[in-house]
Amino acid sequence: MARSNKPILWFPFAAGGLVAALIIPVLILITGVLVPLGLLHLPYEKMATFAHNPIGKLILFGAVALPAWHAAHRLRMTAHDLGLGGGVVVKTICYGSAWVLIVATAVTLIMV
Amino acid sequence: MSENVTLEILRYMPEVDSEPHFQTYTIPYRDDWVVLDGLNYIKDQVDATLSYRWSCHMAICGSCGMMINGEAKLACHAFLRDYRHGVIRIEPLDHFPIERDLVIVMDSFMEKLSSVKPYVITQEKKSLSDGENLQTPLQLMAFKQYTLCINCLLCYAACPQCGLNEKFVGPAALALAHRYNLDSRDDGKEQRADVVASNEGIWECTFVGACSEVCPKHVDPAAAIQQTKISASLDWFKARLMPGADR
Amino acid sequence: MSRRPYIRKVERGWWLGHRRYVVYMIRELSSLFVGLYCALLVLGLVRLAQGRAAWDGFLAVLSSPLGVLFQLICLAFAAYHSVTWFALTPKAMPLALRGEPVPPKAIVGMHYGVWAVVSLVVLIAAGI
Repeated sequence: MARSNKPILWFPFAAGGLVAALIIPVLILITGVLVPLGLLHLPYEKMATFAHNPIGKLILFGAVALPAWHAAHRLRMTAHDLGLGGGVVVKTICYGSAWVLIVATAVTLIMV
Repeated sequence: MSENVTLEILRYMPEVDSEPHFQTYTIPYRDDWVVLDGLNYIKDQVDATLSYRWSCHMAICGSCGMMINGEAKLACHAFLRDYRHGVIRIEPLDHFPIERDLVIVMDSFMEKLSSVKPYVITQEKKSLSDGENLQTPLQLMAFKQYTLCINCLLCYAACPQCGLNEKFVGPAALALAHRYNLDSRDDGKEQRADVVASNEGIWECTFVGACSEVCPKHVDPAAAIQQTKISASLDWFKARLMPGADR
Repeated sequence: MSRRPYIRKVERGWWLGHRRYVVYMIRELSSLFVGLYCALLVLGLVRLAQGRAAWDGFLAVLSSPLGVLFQLICLAFAAYHSVTWFALTPKAMPLALRGEPVPPKAIVGMHYGVWAVVSLVVLIAAGI
């Protein structure tokens, strides 16, 4: 048996799980409840200022990229549990989707 | 008491059966009986051909593991009174080949157990004149719960990953590896890692947690595996970012 | 006597046979909705980069009935992810303080405390 390279996939998955647990619910509360109810406003100026700030970029990137990776790895493992195979197709769809989101986030934040 | 209880037992005698099939027995109900007592009653009084493993009758030898109403349990640890309202379905432990009736083939487990090198490995050999290894209560506390495994295999039967991949090293073997990795007398973590940190080792686990739920000795193999994932990941990054460190 | 060990096949629907495994599947599937919400966030960032009009359009999507419904479903699963994740932390990180093991409830409680603080900070930053 050979030493596995799974840690490169698992460590960001574990970090993403913690970040997702801590930050995603409040974000959905804001965008899915408070903003639609008019109790909170996210005007363009405020958001753009936050996204222009380097710290803001870092926070936004972490809050999106890590949970996205977490979901990708977990869904890949769940696909195997559901008998959908653990092969190239599943891996490509799962990690591919995560990379699309991560790259899109990085590029957008760099450009904003 | 003239109450009865019905047992539906999966039979398989390879010399006459092409496939396993259920056989129904009705036995007397006794308030203080466990399922094992029921099996012994059947073997002694009803059907001497029934085969099953058992020994201590007190949940310490680990011999009598079987599926009772779909749950992995020790037959000596499952009371008839908890099951009597309905038929009790008894099958051999999941995820193992059936040898005969309720007896499973556990050779694969024996190999997995020895593959994790379950013994104290020291960097330097000690001589008798060096005296005993000293260990504080705190050092013992670090690994004691992982020493309590009785190799009953309920965790392998409950673990879905064991069902999906027969090569998975499995909860008990990985918990035992963790027991030695945490032992202050041991230096063998690196040597165990080729098996423990392989794709068939800790990385097959998805933290279902069923293993720890069914463990009759509260070893908590799930915890052992998650802790090993963290430690193995840190070792993996350390080896690549700081090669040569603490060899 | 010849041996002929019988191997039982694992059915594809193995997880439907016991409540414990159904709960496990739901727990794992919660990550799907975390991922879908992340995709929504990425869409929002792209709209933000495209300018005021695009951002306002995104806000309108967030507030639409379908948008709210989708996000409420995501919220339920995201909260379920948080609760189940915190519950498992004592197993992955056993702590000892002054020679005594820290009770699991304390470790879980610490995580809920951090969750509350982070949520409050984000809400204040968002202008609540």
